[in-house]
Amino acid sequence: MPKLTIDGREIEVEAGTNLIEAARRLGIDIPHYCYHPGLSIAGQCRLCMVDIEKTPRPTIACNTSAADGMVVHTQTDRVKDTRRSIMEFHLINHPLDCPVCDQAGECWLQIYYMQHGLYDPRMTDEKVHKPKAVPLGPHVMLDAERCILCSRCVRFCDEITGTGELGIFSRGDHSEIGLFPGQDLENNYSGNVVDICPVGALTDREFRFQVRVWYLDTTASICPGCSRGCNIDVHVNRKRPHHAGGRRVARLKPRFNAAVNAWWICDVGRYGFGSVDDPTRIQLARREGVDVPRDEALGLLIAALRDHAPEEIGIIASADLSNEDLFALRRLAEHRGIRQLAFRVPPATPGADDDFLLRADRQPNARGAETIGLEADAGPILARARADGLKVLWVIQHDLTACGWAAGDVAEALGRVGTVVFTGTNDNGMSTLAPLVLPLAAWVERDGTFTNFLGRVQRFRAAVEPHGDALAGWDLFGRILHTLGGPAPLGRAELWFRELAKAVPAFASLTYQSIGPEGAMLAGVPPTTAPSPPGRHAKASA
Amino acid sequence: MAELVLMRNFDRSNSHTLPVYKNAGGYTAWTKAKTMEPAAIVDEVKKSNLRGLGGAGFPTGMKWSFIPKTHTGPVYLVVNADEGEPGTFKDRYLLERDPHALLEGMLITARAIRSALGFVYIRGEYVQPWRRFSAAVKEAYDAGLLGQGFDVVVHRGAGAYICGEETGLLSSLEGKKGWPKIKPPFPAIKGAFGQPTIVNNVETLACVPPIIERGAAWFAGLGTKTQGGTRMYSVSGRVKTPGVYEAPVSITLRQLIERAGGVTGTGRLKAVVPGGGSAAILTADEIDVTMDVDGLKNAGTMIGSAGVIVMDESVSIPEALFVLARFYAHESCGQCTPCRESTGWIEKMVHRIVEGHGRKDDLDTILDVAKRGGGTTICAFYDGAIGPYISYIEKFRSEFEALCRS
Repeated sequence: MPKLTIDGREIEVEAGTNLIEAARRLGIDIPHYCYHPGLSIAGQCRLCMVDIEKTPRPTIACNTSAADGMVVHTQTDRVKDTRRSIMEFHLINHPLDCPVCDQAGECWLQIYYMQHGLYDPRMTDEKVHKPKAVPLGPHVMLDAERCILCSRCVRFCDEITGTGELGIFSRGDHSEIGLFPGQDLENNYSGNVVDICPVGALTDREFRFQVRVWYLDTTASICPGCSRGCNIDVHVNRKRPHHAGGRRVARLKPRFNAAVNAWWICDVGRYGFGSVDDPTRIQLARREGVDVPRDEALGLLIAALRDHAPEEIGIIASADLSNEDLFALRRLAEHRGIRQLAFRVPPATPGADDDFLLRADRQPNARGAETIGLEADAGPILARARADGLKVLWVIQHDLTACGWAAGDVAEALGRVGTVVFTGTNDNGMSTLAPLVLPLAAWVERDGTFTNFLGRVQRFRAAVEPHGDALAGWDLFGRILHTLGGPAPLGRAELWFRELAKAVPAFASLTYQSIGPEGAMLAGVPPTTAPSPPGRHAKASA
Repeated sequence: MAELVLMRNFDRSNSHTLPVYKNAGGYTAWTKAKTMEPAAIVDEVKKSNLRGLGGAGFPTGMKWSFIPKTHTGPVYLVVNADEGEPGTFKDRYLLERDPHALLEGMLITARAIRSALGFVYIRGEYVQPWRRFSAAVKEAYDAGLLGQGFDVVVHRGAGAYICGEETGLLSSLEGKKGWPKIKPPFPAIKGAFGQPTIVNNVETLACVPPIIERGAAWFAGLGTKTQGGTRMYSVSGRVKTPGVYEAPVSITLRQLIERAGGVTGTGRLKAVVPGGGSAAILTADEIDVTMDVDGLKNAGTMIGSAGVIVMDESVSIPEALFVLARFYAHESCGQCTPCRESTGWIEKMVHRIVEGHGRKDDLDTILDVAKRGGGTTICAFYDGAIGPYISYIEKFRSEFEALCRS
């Protein structure tokens, strides 16, 4: 392993590590635009220049592998001067329209100009004009004048998705990013090009003009869009509630996790958060269609669970619920002796795996539900209701009126149930027909863990307060259990996780602390790595 | 006049055909090379002091020896016939008038580097050279010279100057946009289609048969201590008889201008570009330099592709710079930021000056921008562009200032 010196500090890195990564480990930031650790080396922005002893002039760090005995300086006058020059070149044809640019506040032209530029502008001639506000696809808008032609988006479409929609057309300072004829940027990973665009050239059509990025807060979370469990950051707007039509969740961004999703997330997940701030959110408990205080509705539910024989009660839970929620529910069912507790209802239109991250199973926690001991198939509960009727059917988050089961079978079954209770985040067919409705906190409103399909347990955190009277699943189930005299730790999701770890061997060694930011595997499950992207990877093929 | 080596066949009728080439002693060097070990051929070329005649002047034999000895896959020989340097037209003559000299050079070189496949990348605008060379390739196949362990693919460019840069050429050859590749790896390690590749200029390879036939010592003796042989100088501009002149590399620029009939126009020399558009300009009293790689390097310019552009007193240096600035802005591939952005910016500033709207501080801005961008890019295009930017202004500043408004 080569040992080198960067700015007077020694570090040993694996062979093949480039100088940007080697410096990063020392906490030294070498400014760069075109380099991205998930893509091939382009070497074209020319910003990452460093001085290497015994080389005549500054060298780009991205294409230089660490070598034994190498002595690197990132802060010499010559390097600083070169950076200032390169920044000037990057900006001479840039429109400098920061006041109307969505990237402002997280733009690497702004950041590096303040850190390394700070020259007086000398460009007095007409700038080159290029197309503006060009929709590239359903999610991405191009402003070619803002583009610094780092080619990250082009390489992403070549090397990660392998779809190759984008290219750089024309030459010299008339070069511009564009679509190949007949193409649209509509692969399932298109949103990632917005993330990796270091400037305001590629913006998100949903996020554009909604809220300024400096009003956003970031919470580490897990995408609930499928059983992959991609690591994400939830960006919420608390500071300007009158912006973005009052929507609190502004956008989702991928969060790096080498074991799950690397730098990427799919568009299904990225744009799947709309229901969180939707008008269909159930804010208050309802009885026969009339809003009632939460405690009144809880009391009715408790009475229903207490006053009927357990075999007359069915619970169809959802694997949208966290491990904590599901374990609290299991304990509640056990306390009452309810054995009809299952979580899987066939979706109306079965999804399919794509060729990278997205899984056919669109529930984030099916593996957790199975491991915690819920029955998978909810079909027998439906069959029982159809055949013999049930006194109570409690449906959590599922919409049985719009699922893969035959509508006639569902209607027949529901018609033979005494009391249908629905708990969920949003209105649907169930909330309309159920006489008793209790609101559930959405995933961004609660703490918890999901277990992905490979057995990785990962934490997500509350980014916003629950709407109205909504409660997290563990809280709702815990309150019921407590009222029924069962052993329920009230107060925090983490306390339920401790109970879970005590009761279920697969979780035995886990705590919130040991799960950490990257997640942890269930006991006995081999560790995972992110799948390799379908695109032709230049590193391997060129 | 010294003996012609490269242009020896140019005056023969039908010099581009195989029978004429053979009658003049063609392919005897190839016959001899077939009896030599590859390493012996490389050695001979090393000793001949042959240096690349496309522009960079890199020692040819040394370049060949960079092919990894342990490599077992294919090795490619690529001929750079994308002659595009402003003021250069020598390879065109070779392709049109002596295409078999190139083919024989390729055969010998392929043996030296153990290549079974050669690509000849011909500039798109070179229609007649392409026809002549393609016909010669067919003749060589029919005669069994090609297809016996070495094949040749002729590829036409599409009109981009940057595709004459060796790695831009390789990208283009691979079917990609003609962007130069980031180095390392160098082409000899990882070139065309990811395989070790030697890229040589047409004229360079045309030197190889005479070296093999007549020996390294003879060839080295034709030139200077650090560069052997003769080379073809493209002389254009204000001279009486513009054209291609072959001369030993020890000839001086003054002698060369005289061979081209001397200065026309006003008859008074103002400046000379010694090595194609990208070479720094020389003033009238700087022309007693030898026209080899090191002679011009010591004079602060370069031999480049040996395209000599002569300017008499009537030529406007600012306008000449504008022509070149427009050329570089148009031809910059757009890959590296300094080149992409500043070639366009400098063109705008020079244009403004030529149009009478310039300011004297524009001149300092151009010089500063050019110097700051130099040495910061993937390929040598921008380093070539700054040669004229800097030298034209520094050596003829008063002419520029006279056009400035403030």
